[in-house]
Amino acid sequence: MAETADNKTLKVGVPGPLGSAGARGISVPADQPYGAWHPAVQSLQSRFGTTFQPFPLVINRAGPTDQVCLKVPAGQLLDVMRFLHDDDRCRFDLLSDLTCVDYLYFPNATDRYGVTYTLVSTPLRHRLWIKCYTNDPEPAVPSVTSIWKGANWQEREVWDMFGVRFPGHPDLRRILLWEGYGSHPLRKDYPPQGLGERANFEILGPQSA
Amino acid sequence: MDQANEQLIAGQRFTLEPDEMQADRWILNFGPQHPATHTTLRLVLILDGERIVDCVPDIGYLHSGFEKLGEVHDINQYVTVTDRTNYLSPVMNNLAWHGAWEKLFGIELTPRCKVIRTIVGELARIQDHVLSAGASALDLGAFTPFLYLFEDRELIYDLLEEISGARYMNSYTRLGGLFRDITPDWPRHVREFLNHMPKTLADCETLLLRNRIFIERLRGIGCVSRDDATNWSLTGVVARASGVLRDLRKDEPYLCFEQNWDGHGSSPVDFKVPVSDMGDTYARFVLRLEEIKQSLHIIAQLIDNIPPGPVNTASEEKINLPDKTEVWGSIEGLIHHFEIVMWNRGWEPPVGEAYGAVESPNGELGLYLVSSGGRVPYRARWRPPSFINYQCFGDLIKGHQVSDVVAVLGSLNIIAAELDR
Repeated sequence: MAETADNKTLKVGVPGPLGSAGARGISVPADQPYGAWHPAVQSLQSRFGTTFQPFPLVINRAGPTDQVCLKVPAGQLLDVMRFLHDDDRCRFDLLSDLTCVDYLYFPNATDRYGVTYTLVSTPLRHRLWIKCYTNDPEPAVPSVTSIWKGANWQEREVWDMFGVRFPGHPDLRRILLWEGYGSHPLRKDYPPQGLGERANFEILGPQSA
Repeated sequence: MDQANEQLIAGQRFTLEPDEMQADRWILNFGPQHPATHTTLRLVLILDGERIVDCVPDIGYLHSGFEKLGEVHDINQYVTVTDRTNYLSPVMNNLAWHGAWEKLFGIELTPRCKVIRTIVGELARIQDHVLSAGASALDLGAFTPFLYLFEDRELIYDLLEEISGARYMNSYTRLGGLFRDITPDWPRHVREFLNHMPKTLADCETLLLRNRIFIERLRGIGCVSRDDATNWSLTGVVARASGVLRDLRKDEPYLCFEQNWDGHGSSPVDFKVPVSDMGDTYARFVLRLEEIKQSLHIIAQLIDNIPPGPVNTASEEKINLPDKTEVWGSIEGLIHHFEIVMWNRGWEPPVGEAYGAVESPNGELGLYLVSSGGRVPYRARWRPPSFINYQCFGDLIKGHQVSDVVAVLGSLNIIAAELDR
């Protein structure tokens, strides 16, 4: 391999043995409560009690999947996330994905906005999904940018697209659309063809700049 | 953060130290139409001479509402939109999209389909790395390797055209299978490509990795430490260049990377994951070239052993369109065909959510799908690696020279269509 400066090298490596739980299509043990095999769930329950019940993201034709999700109220979100980031059996050092779903027309939904966190542990190689629900008129979920810097733009995108605020975010502005765009387009009550923004768009001439 | 220091410059919010706010600082708008940004990105740079004091990326110029479109198109229609996210490797997006759906449904693919998908996925990885490595060299003034590498990219276009009918926007996968099977000659053509590609790679390595100017432009530029890489949610080549030993093909295996993928105890395909602990632009460039070699190795293992059998799931499952002879020759086949294509019929996915991810050339390409039971997704969220990898750019470039912007931008391989969706 190429020799490089500062005693640092390029090498070809193979990751270590796989962890015990995650999104890898492992067979879900039927003889124990759902999610009990997941080390992060065990650890979380020993710290916070059994208030957070794990549930599968979907039950399909093969049964419940191994994608374990927990519902966390907004008031406890930062405590739980901090614990998941720091604890030895969780070690979720990578916030893989942060998104939101508007459950306005979803069958049997009780809350409107579900902010969803996909957490990954790179050393332990497992995943966990956290859901935090919030509602109109002032949807807000605490920002996790103090734990993962990678949440920054993803929270801005959720604010832009769904209008969910993240108190504690250093710079919560719109990111894909422009400031002054009136709506939050991924909300379910926003029509796919838009609200006439294109027709009423201000046309810039040579003198406008 | 001191509120008084915050100011709006060129529409972007900057927080500058008092001594950074002197009058001799100047502002440079880099893009959105700069040739080295390749697509439409804009950077607002605060400069002290040629040194970058602060940088705020401004994105959204190419936002096309792909996620909203996902809520009005059905599972197989939307595959044409997936081609247009990261258009350097369209097939990889197809794999991610239908892979995530198959995870939601709980569909098991046929072994032949898995092998073909793995091969085209690796071809897409080569296709992407070839262009991003070539273009980042081009931005630094090395024109020849770009043309050398583009020749091989053309060969991959030919290969994908042969099986999917489209050179560029392939839309090759379907739910539970593929658009169509490979042609009988295709394995031979792939083997010809496998013989051709290593020579190009060797040429490029000779031209670039022994070129002192090129190396000094890259080495020590845009360094990311291992802890920063995970904290910034970096994945893929960018994270592996910083020493994060994580590759979804090994960590969360899918297709032929999984143990016992064919149901007869086959072991996963053999390959190694190149990592580096340097974390700079040079490491990212070299890792891309190394990954091409590993991808060639994966294809070489599979191309001679494509198992026989169907590429689509069995027709009783009513997931794929039936064979045309069946449609025209039997009433069951005709009913089956209509049940899938009619808008008020079709698939019945379970109500629920699923996250499916593949190791795309840029990093973890994930889809978070929500299904309310209809043929159209309730929500289709992309986890775009370009978007998430790009957010560290402002911090990465601080203190560097203006000319380094192009080098670092090229090494992150930002695709604006995927960035803005």
